[in-house]
Amino acid sequence: MRLADLAPTAARLGCPLPAWFVRVDAAAWSAAAAAATRLVALWGRRDGGGGARVSAAFVFDDGLLWAELALAGGQAYPDLGPHFPFAVRMQRALADLSAVEAEGAVDRRPWLDHGRWPDSRARSADYEFVRVEGDGVHEIPVGPVHAGIIEPGHFRFSVVGEKVLRLEERLGYVHKGITRRFTELAPVEAARLAGRVSGDSTVAYAWAYAMALEDAAGCPPPPRALALRALALERERVANHLGDLGALANDAALAFGLAQFSRLREDWLRLAQPAFGHRLMMDAVVPGGVAFDLEPAMLGRLAAQCDAFEPVLHELRSIYDEHAGLQDRFVGTGRVPPELAARLGLAGLAGRASGQAQDLRCDRPWPPYEALGVVKAGSAEGDVAARVGVRFDELFESLRLIRRLCTTLPAGVPRRELVVPAAPARGLGWVEGWRGEVLVALELEGARLLDCHCHDPSWQNWPVLEHAVIGNIVPDFPLVNKSFNLSYSGHDL
Amino acid sequence: MWKMLRLIARAGRLSEPAPDVPEPAEVSAIQGELLRVLGRALAIREVDAGSCNGCELEIHALANPYYNLEGLGLRFVASPRHADMLLVTGPVTRNMEEALRRTYDATPAPKLVVAAGDCACGGGIFGNGGAACRGRVAEVIPVDVAVPGCPPPPIELLRGILAAVRAQGAAR
Repeated sequence: MRLADLAPTAARLGCPLPAWFVRVDAAAWSAAAAAATRLVALWGRRDGGGGARVSAAFVFDDGLLWAELALAGGQAYPDLGPHFPFAVRMQRALADLSAVEAEGAVDRRPWLDHGRWPDSRARSADYEFVRVEGDGVHEIPVGPVHAGIIEPGHFRFSVVGEKVLRLEERLGYVHKGITRRFTELAPVEAARLAGRVSGDSTVAYAWAYAMALEDAAGCPPPPRALALRALALERERVANHLGDLGALANDAALAFGLAQFSRLREDWLRLAQPAFGHRLMMDAVVPGGVAFDLEPAMLGRLAAQCDAFEPVLHELRSIYDEHAGLQDRFVGTGRVPPELAARLGLAGLAGRASGQAQDLRCDRPWPPYEALGVVKAGSAEGDVAARVGVRFDELFESLRLIRRLCTTLPAGVPRRELVVPAAPARGLGWVEGWRGEVLVALELEGARLLDCHCHDPSWQNWPVLEHAVIGNIVPDFPLVNKSFNLSYSGHDL
Repeated sequence: MWKMLRLIARAGRLSEPAPDVPEPAEVSAIQGELLRVLGRALAIREVDAGSCNGCELEIHALANPYYNLEGLGLRFVASPRHADMLLVTGPVTRNMEEALRRTYDATPAPKLVVAAGDCACGGGIFGNGGAACRGRVAEVIPVDVAVPGCPPPPIELLRGILAAVRAQGAAR
């Protein structure tokens, strides 16, 4: 289905990816949900008059449709759950944050609201987990403070012996009120906040936010800035894959893998400090361009690091592939078959490892990706081994892209002054981060942020993790979890 | 197996100073001091009380071969009941407040608390207080040392841990 046929009146947004905005009524909302190939995000806000605005980002063959539905006070919106199962949690979050309900939604438990905010709607901190009953079934509650150095969340396992019958997640522990915080900050300054929605994806979020603000302000960044952003984004992808590939081996008791990958990651981050001004490249991407510039000598060093890493990574891959103990833990573990992945909407890196061939860099290449010819990684196996394989493939592809960007960097300024318009405006940013597609949608009014929603692909993938672990043994859960490595902070907002 | 050995041999010992990276030398100095002050293993429990996960990335980096944290006798443990020190990140979301307090209560005395990162020190970009966050760790549990930075690089985290240990050593 093409959105041009469904919503011919939609207005093209200034975002470099194909995206349109349209105001819809409830019937058109449902029609878009039924016709869309994917749902990226769902969000909303209270409007001044006691009503609310609910927005959804639907994907069609020819682009993204930002559909906005205006609701009167107390009015509900059509449930997206039947079309997109993962939307249920977004709807619960929307009810928690903006007091808008989905019509006829079955699961109305609070999600981000744990009954601990001054303005909580949830009346208690208790949560109704789904109970599994039967001979020998028992529960293992884990978290929110986990055993490792990871973000907090609660996992409730129902097990028989070692086998997991059911996993139920409860998230929201790191809800920081990010959406509200955006409205308290000046739009240009708020780029720092966007870069801290999920620290491991700081470049992806900062770029998506900058893209959205530049769209709203009608101020495209200079070509040099775009190439430098892509360079930073690919380096972020490499940094995360290096970290996770090491941690995955460690979770399967091959400490060698962690030692090797963590020293490579440290080398990588140490070079980022002089090049981008920050080890994790936070605040390197700013509205209007980038806050750094790279001299030819530094470009040479960045490219040389790729050259130095590549043979080592090939060697590490062959060690991983040939290590019987590691493969025994990886192969067949945490499998999400392509049919299930398609039904549940598995996104990003994990989706590509389960036959869902989606990558914005290839599907909707925006500058500078249109000139880079990104090769999409993928597998149909859907297990931990497949997600490891996709990460290796993407590592090598990103090294190629970084070298290419280092040698083809356009001349010119890396930043242009961005003037925030006083007139009402909206903007959208859509970027393929290392984990999957990150979306930022914002509205400006009087040169202030009226609303800014940041979407993390973890929303799509957390529910699938519950399925991936069914039938696996409890000790394999860390391995399965790490192979997805989903964001808590990006999800909890 | 030979491939692994070859790679290990080729990587060599990384705690040696490298050209144009001043940090390895600094790391060695801190390592020596830690051993002198502490003279025993320190068990650290990390608690994410609402961070963006940036601090966790740098805390993880502490365990890489360059910083050799475990080589010093500093280690991260899985339970607060095994810990001497809590290393807390994030602006303390209200949804994590009780979990943080319980973790603190479960840690046997004498105990140390290091607040790591701008958010843990004063809310950072998320603001000091508000509907969803308490705004800093010291609002909820006593803090011995605060390590600013967004996120603090591993070397600063190591300094903060050392400062807390040293302060405790001096108080004895």
